[in-house]
Amino acid sequence: MATVTHVKKACTVNPLKMSQPIGAALAFMGLRGAMPLLHGSQGCTSFGLVLFVRHFKEAIPLQTTAMSEVATVLGGYDNVEQAILNIHKRTKPEIIGICSTGVTETKGDDVEGYIRLVRERHPEVADLPLVYVSTPDFKDAFQDGWAKAVTRMVRELVSPPPPGIARDPGRVTVLPGCHMTPGDLDELRTILEDFGLRPSFLPDLAGSLDGHIPEDFTPTTIGGIGVDEVAGLGASSWAIAIGEQMRPAAEALQERAGVPFRLFPRLSGLEAADAFMMFLAEISGRPVPVKYRRQRGQLVDAMLDGHFHIGGRKVAIGAEPDLLADMGGMLHGMGAHITAAVTTTHSPVLAGVETDEVLIGDLEDLERRARERDCDLLITHSHGRQAATRLGIPFFRMGLPLFDRLGAGHLVSVGYRGTRDLIFALSNLVMADAELHHEATPDTWRVVDGDSLKSEGEAA
Amino acid sequence: MSSLSATIQDVFNEPACAKNATKSAADRKKGCTKQLQPGGAAGGCAFDGAKIALQPLTDVAHLVHGPIACEGNSWDNRGAKSSGPTLWRTGFTTDMNETDIVFGGEKRLYKAIREIIEKYDPPAVFVYQTCIPAMTGDDINAVCKAAREKFGKPVIPINSPGFVGPKNLGNKLAGEALLEHVIGTEEPDETTPYDINIIGEYNLSGELWQVKPLLDELGIRILSCISGDGRYREVAYSHRARAAMMVCSKAMINVARKMEERYGIPFFEGSFYGIGDTSDSLRQIARLLVDRGAPADLLDRTEALIAREEARAWAAIAPFKPRFQGKKVLLITGGVKSWSVVAALQEAGLELAGTSVKKSTKEDKERIKELLGQDAHMIEDMTPREMYRLLKDAKADIMLSGGRSQFVALKAAMPWLDINQERHHAYMGYVGMVKLVEEIARTLFNPVWAQVRRPAPWDDPADTWQARADAALAAEAADPGKAEQARRAAGVCACKGVDLGTIEDAVRAHGLSSLDEVRRHTTAATGCGACASRVEDVLAALPALAAE
Repeated sequence: MATVTHVKKACTVNPLKMSQPIGAALAFMGLRGAMPLLHGSQGCTSFGLVLFVRHFKEAIPLQTTAMSEVATVLGGYDNVEQAILNIHKRTKPEIIGICSTGVTETKGDDVEGYIRLVRERHPEVADLPLVYVSTPDFKDAFQDGWAKAVTRMVRELVSPPPPGIARDPGRVTVLPGCHMTPGDLDELRTILEDFGLRPSFLPDLAGSLDGHIPEDFTPTTIGGIGVDEVAGLGASSWAIAIGEQMRPAAEALQERAGVPFRLFPRLSGLEAADAFMMFLAEISGRPVPVKYRRQRGQLVDAMLDGHFHIGGRKVAIGAEPDLLADMGGMLHGMGAHITAAVTTTHSPVLAGVETDEVLIGDLEDLERRARERDCDLLITHSHGRQAATRLGIPFFRMGLPLFDRLGAGHLVSVGYRGTRDLIFALSNLVMADAELHHEATPDTWRVVDGDSLKSEGEAA
Repeated sequence: MSSLSATIQDVFNEPACAKNATKSAADRKKGCTKQLQPGGAAGGCAFDGAKIALQPLTDVAHLVHGPIACEGNSWDNRGAKSSGPTLWRTGFTTDMNETDIVFGGEKRLYKAIREIIEKYDPPAVFVYQTCIPAMTGDDINAVCKAAREKFGKPVIPINSPGFVGPKNLGNKLAGEALLEHVIGTEEPDETTPYDINIIGEYNLSGELWQVKPLLDELGIRILSCISGDGRYREVAYSHRARAAMMVCSKAMINVARKMEERYGIPFFEGSFYGIGDTSDSLRQIARLLVDRGAPADLLDRTEALIAREEARAWAAIAPFKPRFQGKKVLLITGGVKSWSVVAALQEAGLELAGTSVKKSTKEDKERIKELLGQDAHMIEDMTPREMYRLLKDAKADIMLSGGRSQFVALKAAMPWLDINQERHHAYMGYVGMVKLVEEIARTLFNPVWAQVRRPAPWDDPADTWQARADAALAAEAADPGKAEQARRAAGVCACKGVDLGTIEDAVRAHGLSSLDEVRRHTTAATGCGACASRVEDVLAALPALAAE
């Protein structure tokens, strides 16, 4: 059980955290025909765009209201109006998701009021779905922006089902947190379908940012869940929320459409996957398919093979709360010690991480702790690369952004198969590092000066 | 804010800018950069531009005063290389929270500077202003001054908050900060008659090192590169250089011009992209140095080196020429690279299907016209959709562009090569151009393109998206009305949303013959004014009509 602490320093060094608005924008990218729009200076959008392009290696739809200094002072109605009309004219989106930024929040722009006025003045966009979410940069983090955007989508887009209507027993809404990759979503979709369930994912990045070649070129998102399908989510018999961050969205769906939900804080690791499978068996009324019984056996075998390499490792993890909880739990289950843990924002899930202390901080904090506590495995997003080089320890890239290796969208960690492959990947990394840096030599165990043993690290 | 707006006005008044010289006083005041359209824009902000320009200074701590978005979403994302210090790749930000916004962030900023100096002891700290503290009135100049006095170290305010304009303006504001606070503040240990500054070169992928050995061989010393692989001190004593080369088009023209004015350092605008351009640049450097007193034999030694290197490069490129026969390239990039790369590609035997002139100045465009002839297909502000159509129409065999537009080509299964800042290869100088040609060949002739273009075996070949798109294009081609409609629908003025057809109609209907008349009738070119030259092109293309 962990205590959550906050760093006391004025300067963030090597940020782990990214901003809320782009987390919200990414959530909108899981809708079909969507154009996310950041209400702020053009740089707010440009940085987010470059970040996602580098991570997904895909064309990214993301627009800006291009607020100038003068517009910021006077208020951004004209810019919001022009942006909506231009996007409508140029790209014919099915939905525009509008996220505020620090600049426009500091001024105090009433975007909801702006949207009402735009709809009144311009009949051509009166019925265009426009979902607004307030996401100032100076509060919270990426994960929070994602969660808030999904909650807003539920509130704005889901139609409450008529009273007394029978729910569709096969229909399930999945509300994935932003720590789920498109690969994870596809894995989950397959699992649910194998239980005879028909899942809808909100948002569905697997449809939009999974790297497929589209049928035709469009400037908005390709794939993802359609606005019409979102409207009908209220008919689901169950909602599955993945990650604590999705609790508000699940509660909103319950409140709006009476859909009961089950929240899975984790999906990686044997116990987490078992709980998930048994829940699906329960709601589908079907036994766990043979395929997954075999996969479970494979995972158990992988755990036995992998624990030699992962067990006893002192791991330093830097990740947003839900990813930290998921990976921390899985690694703890493999016998690794979560020796240094740094995250970006508050979450109830942090107290349950299997470590002494979770720090809300940056990668400088993670690096310093990893050095002081002799960590021998680093897990964080690509920005950990400099720290990993300085620490000289193996580095497993996880989270977003992941820009200096391929396949970010297809890294799978959920379920039996995902956990199995993740254990292999981590074990292989550790083995390769041992071969490169920790091969035994005649002097590895030699006692020098009668007392000091040469450590493995020094032997390297 | 008043001093910032004064600086911006000063930058807009840049007399050495040819583009500026052709503008009216009113236009000049509006600025040299295009105001972006809400909902139709993509590009960095002034803060981004300032950081791009200065971050390659490798031993400086670059501290961003703002909320997490400004640094957290973007740090360590540039391909500049360092031959030593790594501090420039460390992300420093005040990560402002709500309290800082309500009560002001100056105290946090001051403490952040102190923490950096205590922990990292850099030769200087650069403090970047961003939109929010600019709005709430944090006075970074005062904080930097106090910190400088307290800690006895240069703490340099970079006043370029994102919302004052686009990237290009930020480049110049960064230059202003160097001129005001850094350049001329220290003295070099020694000077030589062969000392030059290179201004506006960022050493992306280490490309400066493709040219530096040649300068070394000639005994020419880069006293200061602003800013690729630069050190703080080198910039501080750069005023002792004998001559300067300004690269990357107009990004830092203010630095080059003001250093000439203040310190008498003559400069020329040149490029190390392309064989001919590299030779010209070396010649100009040698000439300027000799003019300033370097021994005249430098000229002969330079010519000898050029002859040797050109011969070597041509020999390396020659085998590719037959393979490139009839292959067409679409070049999408900004500014100076348009014309400097065009020449190089033609040297290798490639044909140009078109080139973008989005960020190019009028002068750049003239140079492209010289190189390609009057019929040059210049693709101004091409939308991704248009790029895609052009590629699919097989007018081009390969697209060379920056990272942002790459996916258009990749999704169309069209060979594509990255030539902007995120690229992995260095393309400067003679060796760089050979490398570019090799990379084009490697990309163009990779069998992967033929494979990825193959429809799935279960697809009906007549019903693939390629087939459908081809059919739509063919229908358009067969119907002159539709083609004409598409031609007329091309946007000319992005600010006011005026298309080509509207301008042509107005010219015809009212017999317009001047830009001002078109402005009055159509509102085109009354926004940022960047499309004025395009309107003039339209007028030039319709002289007979105007006369009627």
